[in-house]
Amino acid sequence: MISIKNVSKWYGEFQVLTDCTTEVTKGEVVVVCGPSGSGKSTLIKCVNALEPFQKGDIVVDGTSIADPKTDLPKLRSRVGMVFQHFELFPHLSITENLTIAQMKVLGRSKEEATDKGLKLLDRVGLKAHAHKYPGQLSGGQQQRVAIARALAMDPIVMLFDEPTSALDPEMVNEVLDVMVQLAQEGMTMMCVTHEMGFARKVANRVIFMDRGQIVEDCHKEEFFGNVDARSDRAKQFLAKILQH
Amino acid sequence: MDFSAIIPALPGMWEGMAMTLKLLVLGVVGGVALGTVLALMRLSHNPLLSRVAGAYVNYFRSIPLLLVITWFYFAVPFVLRWLTGEDMPIGAFTSCLVAFMMFEAAYFCEIVRAGIQSIPKGQMGAAYALGMNYGQVMRLIILPQAFRKMTPLLLQQSIILFQDTSLVYAVGLMDFLNAARSRGDIIGQPHEFLIFAGLVYFTISFSASLLVKRLQKRLTV
Repeated sequence: MISIKNVSKWYGEFQVLTDCTTEVTKGEVVVVCGPSGSGKSTLIKCVNALEPFQKGDIVVDGTSIADPKTDLPKLRSRVGMVFQHFELFPHLSITENLTIAQMKVLGRSKEEATDKGLKLLDRVGLKAHAHKYPGQLSGGQQQRVAIARALAMDPIVMLFDEPTSALDPEMVNEVLDVMVQLAQEGMTMMCVTHEMGFARKVANRVIFMDRGQIVEDCHKEEFFGNVDARSDRAKQFLAKILQH
Repeated sequence: MDFSAIIPALPGMWEGMAMTLKLLVLGVVGGVALGTVLALMRLSHNPLLSRVAGAYVNYFRSIPLLLVITWFYFAVPFVLRWLTGEDMPIGAFTSCLVAFMMFEAAYFCEIVRAGIQSIPKGQMGAAYALGMNYGQVMRLIILPQAFRKMTPLLLQQSIILFQDTSLVYAVGLMDFLNAARSRGDIIGQPHEFLIFAGLVYFTISFSASLLVKRLQKRLTV
C-alpha cells in the first residue's frame, strides 16, 4: 500500500531524513515513534507529498510521488490525514468541514456529501454538534471531527501525525477509541504517536526513528517483548516513556 | 458668513457626492481584486511572478496619487492611439477609476498579503491533504479566513481613498468637493461652501472610523 524507498530530505544543509525505507501493507497498522526532532512527522508528511523530498521515492497504491507527472491532488484525495492541531476550517460549520472536499474534490452532490458526513459524525459520537463551528468544540471533539472529515473521502490509507499530543489528558482516550475502532475495522494506518498503549493494543509494527533514520522496524511483540534486543537509543526512549 | 445659499445647492452637491461614492466603491472593488492577485503573485514560489508584483507595489507606493491620475488622463489615450492607430477618448471618469484601482491595488496587496500570512500554515496543509488544488485552497479556505481578519484594515484604507477621490479635480471631474467649490465660486461664497464640504468629509470619515474600531474589537474578541 505504502512503499517508502531510500527517502532522504534536506532543509538546506541540514539533513532531516536519511535513507528511510519501509513498507505498510494493506490492513496494517504501523506506529512511528521516536524523540522529537527525529523526523517522524516529516516522514509521514512525505507520504502524501505535503513535504517534498530530494532523494528516493514513495509509492502509494502504485502511484509514485517522486514522479513529476503524478497528479498530487488526486493522490492526496485518497490518503486521509489527521494533524496534531486538528486544522478544522474555523470559518465553516462542522457539516461544511465534512462536506466541502467531498463536493469540491470528489464532485459529490450536496445531499450525498451531507449524508455521508453526518453518518461519520454519528460514528465519532458528535452528531448533535453538526451545526456548530469548530471553535465551539473541545480539542478532543475537534480531532474526532477531523478524523471523520478524512474518512468522508473514503481514503485507502489514514495517516495520523501526533493526533493526541495537543490534547488535554482527559481527551486523549476519546480520540484513541476512534482510532482503535478504525484499526479493528481493517483500515490501513500509519500513526506518528507516543501513545504506547495504543501501539500495544492495535499496532502490527512499530517503527522507531532517531535523527532522521529508521532505527527499529519490527513487529509489536518483538518491539515491546524483547527490549534487550533493541538498539541503545530505542531502549533509552522506551525506558523514559514507559517509566510512569 | 451666510450659509443660507447651501440649501438650494444641495441637489447639485449630492450629484457630486454620488460621483465620489461611485469612484470609491468601484475603486475599492477593483483595487481589492487586483490587490489580491498581486498578493498571491508576491507570495508565489515563482520568482518572476513575485518580483513583478513586488516591483509594481514598490513603484506605485513611491509616487503621488495625483501624478497617477493625471498620467492616466493624458497618457492612456495617447498610448491607445499609438497601439490602435485610432482616437479613443476614454474620458475623465474611466481614466480616474483605472488610476484609483491600480494605485490602491498596491496598498490593498500589502494588506491582503499580511492577511494571508496570518493564517496558520497548517490550514493550507489540511486543505491540500484533502486533495484540493491551489485555486481551491485559496478560494475556499485561506482567502475567506484572511478577508475576515483584514476587514478593518481594508475599510481603513477605503476611508483614505474616500478622501483621496477629491484629487480628481485635477482632470475636471465633478466629485463632491469640486461640485461644492464650483458652486461656492459661482455664488461668490467659496468659504461657506468649503467649510460645509469639510464638515461633510469629516462627518463621514470620522463615523466610518468609529465603526471600523468597533468592528475591530468585535473581530478580535
